[in-house]
Amino acid sequence: MSAEVSFDELLADDGRVEPRDPMPEDYRRSLVRQIAQHAHSEIIGMQPEGNWISRAPSLRRKAILMAKVQDEAGHGLYLYAAAETLGVDREDLLDQLHTGRQKYSSIFNYPTLTWADVGAIGWLVDGAAIVNQVPLCRCSYGPYARAMIRVCKEESFHQRQGFEILHTLAHGTPAQKAMAQDAVDRYWWPALMMFGPPDADSPHSAQSMAWGIKRFSNDELRQRFIDMTVPQAEALGLTLPDPELRWNAERGHYDSGPIDFTELFEVIQGNGPCNAQRMGHRVRAHEDGAWVREAASAYAAKQAARAAGEVA
Amino acid sequence: MSTRDWPLWEVFVRSRRGLSHVHVGSLHAPDAEMALRNARDVYTRRQEGVSLWVVPSAEIVASEAGQREEFFDPAADKIYRHPTFYEIPEGVEHL
Repeated sequence: MSAEVSFDELLADDGRVEPRDPMPEDYRRSLVRQIAQHAHSEIIGMQPEGNWISRAPSLRRKAILMAKVQDEAGHGLYLYAAAETLGVDREDLLDQLHTGRQKYSSIFNYPTLTWADVGAIGWLVDGAAIVNQVPLCRCSYGPYARAMIRVCKEESFHQRQGFEILHTLAHGTPAQKAMAQDAVDRYWWPALMMFGPPDADSPHSAQSMAWGIKRFSNDELRQRFIDMTVPQAEALGLTLPDPELRWNAERGHYDSGPIDFTELFEVIQGNGPCNAQRMGHRVRAHEDGAWVREAASAYAAKQAARAAGEVA
Repeated sequence: MSTRDWPLWEVFVRSRRGLSHVHVGSLHAPDAEMALRNARDVYTRRQEGVSLWVVPSAEIVASEAGQREEFFDPAADKIYRHPTFYEIPEGVEHL
């Protein structure tokens, strides 16, 4: 090869872009936006489930839920670290989250009203997240792809534990089964909206596909999720709240009813049931934790000074 | 020192004895001890490792991405360093 491999050649060859490679500014900015939003979603996503840690129905469920919420924190950290390889500072990204200049996934603006919601989140929300994230393991930006590989490995436990919660409830008393059905009824449509607007209304999609950041369109991934999930719902003995849901042998896919995307846009605009609560809690947690960060800094400074004194 | 000034550390995990440490990611921490503890919590929650290294990112000396060509070129025309370069008569084994 006579010349340095260019960005375009790298993409055409399905190669991976690494942090110090030359890359178009738009590509860099688009990745920062996406990875930061993804990281924010992971840490905001700790809240709806964290809400049930103290009320988990058994010690087993409680230990599992704590491990899951810790994983979400870990996923946030992998992703902030991946974003930082693009030359941004985690503190700045957090500032932008706290001041509303960067977003997180709308799904976390829905409340967890019952224990069954923890099951529905694991099964449907993490299930949808996996469908979204698996193709990101082949994303053109190396650090993001590597972070997603770790995340996907861990998400699989999240989805299974959610399924197990719902399976247990669905095979319990009539009241428990009703609780499971109610959770699925409330989370089904928001889970479908996690794939974003329909392809025709998705402004960034085409560019993201051209850059190898996105590998499949919103509607393709949504269809994949529906096809996977319908048989799982049957195994649970629960129904999905869409009267138009039926197998289409000709297409080889399930047909489904229209999605009310005005709801999605309302939630994105800040009018979901829990937007203010999630942000308020996030900012408060960050401020309340300041003393821990200050103590760690003070300790490190003292130890460094002591070490310097010993040398002198 | 605010958290903004916390140095970045690169984290390497040896997954089991007999294998090398492999880079798994990075994190911010005020000192080496905290970096090690946080690396354990962030990168080995499922027993992914038997040994951890944390290295200040600033201490890593890297080859220049922009000079990849001239830096690695000297090895490009020495294909005789590979066993497949040599012609061996048919039927000769264990070579």
